[in-house]
Amino acid sequence: MSASTAPAATIGTDEWPGPLLEIRDLKKNFGGIQALGGVDFTVERGSIVSVIGPNGAGKTSFFNVISGLFPPDEGEIYFKGEDIAGLAPNQITDRRLARTFQNVKLFPNLTVLENVMVGRHCRTRSGAWDAILQTPRYRREQKETEEYAREVLSFFGSRLAGYRLEQPAFVLSYANRRRLEIARAMATAPDLLLLDEPTAGMNPRETLELTELIGRLRSDKGFTVVLIEHDMKVVADVSDRVTVFDHGVRLAEGTYAEVSTDDKVIEAYLGRPADEEKTA
Amino acid sequence: MTATDPPRTQAPSLFTRARRRLTWVDSFLWVIRVGAVLLIAWGLIGSIQRFTAGLGPTGSQWRDLLVAAIAFGAMYGLIAIGYSMVYGVLGFINFAHGEVFMSGAFIGYFAATALSNGGLWQSNPIIAMLLTLLVSMATSTFMAVLVERVAYRRLRSSPRLIPLITSIGVSFFLQYSFLGLFGATVRTYPTLPPFMTGNIDILGVPVQRSQLLVIVVAAVAMSGLWQFVTRTKTGRAMRAVAEDKEIAALMGINVDRTIVTTFAVGGAMAGIAGMLYGQLYGVSFFMGFLPGIKAFTAAVLGGIGVIPGAMAGGVLLGLFEGVGPLLILGGLGIASPSQLRDAVAFSALVLVLIFRPSGLFGEAVGAEDRA
Repeated sequence: MSASTAPAATIGTDEWPGPLLEIRDLKKNFGGIQALGGVDFTVERGSIVSVIGPNGAGKTSFFNVISGLFPPDEGEIYFKGEDIAGLAPNQITDRRLARTFQNVKLFPNLTVLENVMVGRHCRTRSGAWDAILQTPRYRREQKETEEYAREVLSFFGSRLAGYRLEQPAFVLSYANRRRLEIARAMATAPDLLLLDEPTAGMNPRETLELTELIGRLRSDKGFTVVLIEHDMKVVADVSDRVTVFDHGVRLAEGTYAEVSTDDKVIEAYLGRPADEEKTA
Repeated sequence: MTATDPPRTQAPSLFTRARRRLTWVDSFLWVIRVGAVLLIAWGLIGSIQRFTAGLGPTGSQWRDLLVAAIAFGAMYGLIAIGYSMVYGVLGFINFAHGEVFMSGAFIGYFAATALSNGGLWQSNPIIAMLLTLLVSMATSTFMAVLVERVAYRRLRSSPRLIPLITSIGVSFFLQYSFLGLFGATVRTYPTLPPFMTGNIDILGVPVQRSQLLVIVVAAVAMSGLWQFVTRTKTGRAMRAVAEDKEIAALMGINVDRTIVTTFAVGGAMAGIAGMLYGQLYGVSFFMGFLPGIKAFTAAVLGGIGVIPGAMAGGVLLGLFEGVGPLLILGGLGIASPSQLRDAVAFSALVLVLIFRPSGLFGEAVGAEDRA
């Protein structure tokens, strides 16, 4: 179970017998403001875990630290048994961990297809010289990259298909930008996919479609998914486990049914009932 | 509609509405715009009148001017690419780029001289010139990468003014290093082989071969670069880094290496321009200054950060300063207008920016505002 007892040869590989992601006592301060105050978090391979919590609870900071945008102040992040805390974002992506953003961050002037191809590049090995000399490896990889990108986009059905592939990303509708961001993260062929509020700003029909899509990310593509989500219906529908954050610490952890009846969770979301306030 | 409706002010006419929105600065700019158009039109008409009256340059002289201007502009375009790409990725103007160009031309000169002394320049000029071009490109590439590594990388997260000032410092450092090492004399490349001098007929138009060489090499280099940037993995990585470094890193792109590649590609283009410029006009430690500033102007003219803009801006600036003085100023009756070519070049920049502040190919809205 823990990082120290498993055979060393499997560290960082798919044979790692322990949990896919294991986080211990993760701490992060921003200029004296405590964003994360010692978080423990475990994700088993093949599961879908939701992270919920009130605004400012530290959910996005949690993702930012895992994906390497900010190094943690303290604590360990074991991904497939390897401590990835403090690595650069591109090194973490190389180890097959990808994420999306709450406020969609695409490359707006690149086409839809190019956005996804950029995501795929970290899995190809040819460099600038291969391109200049047009080596066979480069041509093969270039062709494979494009085919792979089209395949990833076909996961979204007719939403990102046909003429849209050649459009720059900034012309897309809001929902399509969210889909494209997921497609781009999928293109890095991750084992673990972190989705930051994938349904934010979507209408009920689009939310339903995306909920189904998150399920397919696991069943069709075999991704393990951690998502931050505010829509409790989505959380209830897709997650195996739910973790509740508040004030940078983990408040509760369990199935949706367990956490949704947890008194501390209800209190964090709704506040304390008025008659109990005096006695507390 | 009915009698009980309260009275309202009358809807203003379209003209009044437009005038109400017009600020003082707007009116001033419109006066300059209209004035500029009138002045240019006046100069053009004057030139046409002089031409029909048999004054001023003859038809064949105009044609030679035009070809020379395009050749000059092509070199500006090659240098401008370096300014534009670095600006696109790092958001500051690398003023040392003119010296990157100079160093390529300079070391290219030494290579050409050595090849000439060895006899290859005379016996096999095409291979010799190709070798010189490679030396020139390699030098400029090395210099651009070195400058990035030594001077700019540690300043990556500091405010943009700081690398800008640093680049001016680097520019002086390189200029005076070359002065100290090689002296102040202007050196000329070995003379071109006979088949490279004189004129060649293209569709019945005689063109100087040396200038044709410049135009062809520049066109090949630019189309190669365009293919590289739009079609290859590295090119896509460069565009991704230019749009958002943080997200590019999350996509597994090595941002540092991509920035180095950007400097290298810009340097290689400057190296090509350096060799072409050097064999036409000779090399000196100070040769990078004016072409550098002009190429920067060309990059701004075309819309900085946009590669086709840099190419088009270079050719346009070459045309403005090559043909503009005689065409406009000559038509206005100004004596020996060609001496004012630099003034015309920079006036052209000011005018383009008054009409289109983001440059010819530039985006009016920043990428951050759109997605």
